[in-house]
Amino acid sequence: MSMGITVRKLNAWFGKNQALYDIEMEISAGQATAIIGPSGCGKSTFVRCLNRMHETLPDTRVTGSVRVGDLDIYGSGTSPVEVRRRVGMVFQKANPFPAMSIYDNVAAGLKLNGFHRKQELDEIVEHSLRMAALWDEVKDKLRKQSGAGLSGGQQQRLCIARALAVQPEVLLMDEPASALDPISTAKIEELIFQLKTQYTIVIVTHNMQQAARVADRTGFFLMGQLVEFDRTETIFTTPHDKRTEDYITGRFG
Amino acid sequence: MLRTRFQQSLDELRSKLLSMAGLAENAVDTAIRAYSERVPELCQKVMENETMINLAERKIDEMALDLLAMQQPMAVDLRFILAVIKSNADLERVGDQAVNIAQRVMDMIALPPAELAADVPKMAETVGSMIRQSLEAFVSGDADLAHRVLEMDDIVDRMNQEIFVAMDKTMSVSPQLIRQALDTIIIARNLERIADHATNIAEDVIFWVKGTDVRHSFDTGALLPRAK
Repeated sequence: MSMGITVRKLNAWFGKNQALYDIEMEISAGQATAIIGPSGCGKSTFVRCLNRMHETLPDTRVTGSVRVGDLDIYGSGTSPVEVRRRVGMVFQKANPFPAMSIYDNVAAGLKLNGFHRKQELDEIVEHSLRMAALWDEVKDKLRKQSGAGLSGGQQQRLCIARALAVQPEVLLMDEPASALDPISTAKIEELIFQLKTQYTIVIVTHNMQQAARVADRTGFFLMGQLVEFDRTETIFTTPHDKRTEDYITGRFG
Repeated sequence: MLRTRFQQSLDELRSKLLSMAGLAENAVDTAIRAYSERVPELCQKVMENETMINLAERKIDEMALDLLAMQQPMAVDLRFILAVIKSNADLERVGDQAVNIAQRVMDMIALPPAELAADVPKMAETVGSMIRQSLEAFVSGDADLAHRVLEMDDIVDRMNQEIFVAMDKTMSVSPQLIRQALDTIIIARNLERIADHATNIAEDVIFWVKGTDVRHSFDTGALLPRAK
């Protein structure tokens, strides 16, 4: 089941450099939310704060609160591992485990969590691959082929299947299609459209047309601040802030 | 400034629309001169020039379509191109109305001259001013000027109504002038429609500049919020 995300006064630092300033955001459950902005604006840092990935880098710091449903992800008793199970992530570059088969790539997260019942594993792997729109292409070579042997677009969908296998409530996608050709990109976008009925999706993208195509709501970040957050239609046709308009019309960036 | 070539294309699109507007404006002026001076050659000129207006309309649509497909404009640029496409269609219709007027004038020229209680040139002057101001608003992105054009539409509607009432009376008391009076009613009606097109262009300018949809707001007495 998807959960909404409530972000309050979120600040993040790399050493002494502040990357995010007092971000306030209400991300709705069951919707796709796009985060756009120029390089270095803090959009990737923002999504990495949503599943406590930011703190995995050296000399980083986060203040403020992020809640996914009832879970206070920066709460004192909250385990980062549990957070990352509930808030999955897909990166720009597909990163399947190269030494593992397609099946093992998808099952890896579950096995790491001590889940070993074969029949259920089989079912979850199939379900996850179907959800990621990859099942038909790989069902005959699940155990024979390495995940790294798939095409770039298939690898990315494999990573999505891997993220879905642990049954997250939120799926974060950091530039998931930027390294893919138009056909694979279209498949990922179609997938986002399907998945958002069951998962809350937050997608970082440099491609504004992509944001316009897939997202229900879009947030524009600039120099670590959330400048504007509104319905995607409003952002791309009648944004309220001049800085948003200048960015999306290519007048700066 | 990024996307310099795109901005140059938008400037080019604007200037194509203004050339087209010049043709449409000229067609109306010529048709009204033909009315005032009863010169059939001027009517002929309006009809011949319509081809140029139609051709210009197609060229502008083609360029706008190319820009939409190739540049995927957003926000103010998207609104601008949409305004151009819509205003382009309005200007083409202005050209058609000028032809309609010219055809009526040809009919009137074939009839005996009549002193009618209809100030068509005055109405034409107001309509011409609406077109000019809506285009000026387009050139300068001046939403305030565009708003003033919207207010003028009521004046033209009133003039049209006055001409209708006067011609209705003429037809009752002077049946021999029925045809001239009917032609005059139709010409006034054409001018009123041209004013509607100028109003549409002004509304498009406001949408482009402010992002606000003011269409039909006078019907409801308030600005309509953007449909959700």
